Amino acid sequence: MMTREQPCKEQPRKEQLLKEITALDFYIIDLHLFLDTHPGETEAIETYNRCVMKVKELREEYNRLYGMLLANMSTSCEPWQWIENPWPWQKKFNFELTEEKS
Amino acid sequence: MWMYDKKLEYPIKIKNPDPRMAKLIITQYGGPDGELGASLRYLSQRFSMVTPEAKAILNDIGTEELAHLEMIGTMVRQLTRGISTKEIEESGFAAYYVDHDTAVYPVSASGTPFTAAYIQSKGDPITDLYENMAAEQKARSTYEYLLDLADDPDVIGPLRFLREREIVHFQRFGEALRIVQDFLAEKRYSFPCDKTEPCR
Ligand SMILES: [Fe+2]
Repeated sequence: MMTREQPCKEQPRKEQLLKEITALDFYIIDLHLFLDTHPGETEAIETYNRCVMKVKELREEYNRLYGMLLANMSTSCEPWQWIENPWPWQKKFNFELTEEKS
Repeated sequence: MWMYDKKLEYPIKIKNPDPRMAKLIITQYGGPDGELGASLRYLSQRFSMVTPEAKAILNDIGTEELAHLEMIGTMVRQLTRGISTKEIEESGFAAYYVDHDTAVYPVSASGTPFTAAYIQSKGDPITDLYENMAAEQKARSTYEYLLDLADDPDVIGPLRFLREREIVHFQRFGEALRIVQDFLAEKRYSFPCDKTEPCR
């Protein structure tokens, strides 16, 4: 049985981690689409691979400390953590993006 | 297949409810140029697409549109949390309210339920890619009209993000179109594919 050392204690860290994962995932999605029509761009592939390795680490950390993100790729403590609130459409789940003044 | 990632593509945290805006934004959920139509269009067309690049781009943009659909549903939901009867009456949200309460339902801003007649899957890769480029421009225009009517930074941020994605998608479809045109010119294929030679 897996137990969590300190479940959801440091909310700021949770938010920061989620923010970093979201930002990297977005970069990965955008590079992915670019590579679909530019499969020979080796530099983009290198960046893509680097981002994927990095986000893997961050996701593992998030999973260990705060619960499940990606279905089939996250482990659960007991009881089953997938059903935990909040869900992504709930305000509480999301973090604030500070708008840069232009 | 798909696996759910329990987070949004871009965060949505709307502090102030605004049923007027919810009534307008719902159009990108189930309206003529919305995200549901976009995802269904690309994910359906991919089955008959040619060239590895164009198949991939339909598959992957179609997938991203599903994430956008979720963002729009999230915005509508958060914009209508805890609103009063008075606010419902004054904001133009009343007609939606009597049909759906504050649940999220695929409908346009003017109240037409979603229909597959908004999309096409024609079996001709050139035709389909042109349809998609037009669809991305129509979605971009819609986001610009919504931005004209929005005043809350919590709403403007995600709308801007979605507008920018339409521009990227348009660009990628344009590249896919050129790849498919070159492929067809080279192979001198006509459609439907020559059965004696397997489609690429
Ligand atoms: Fe799009």
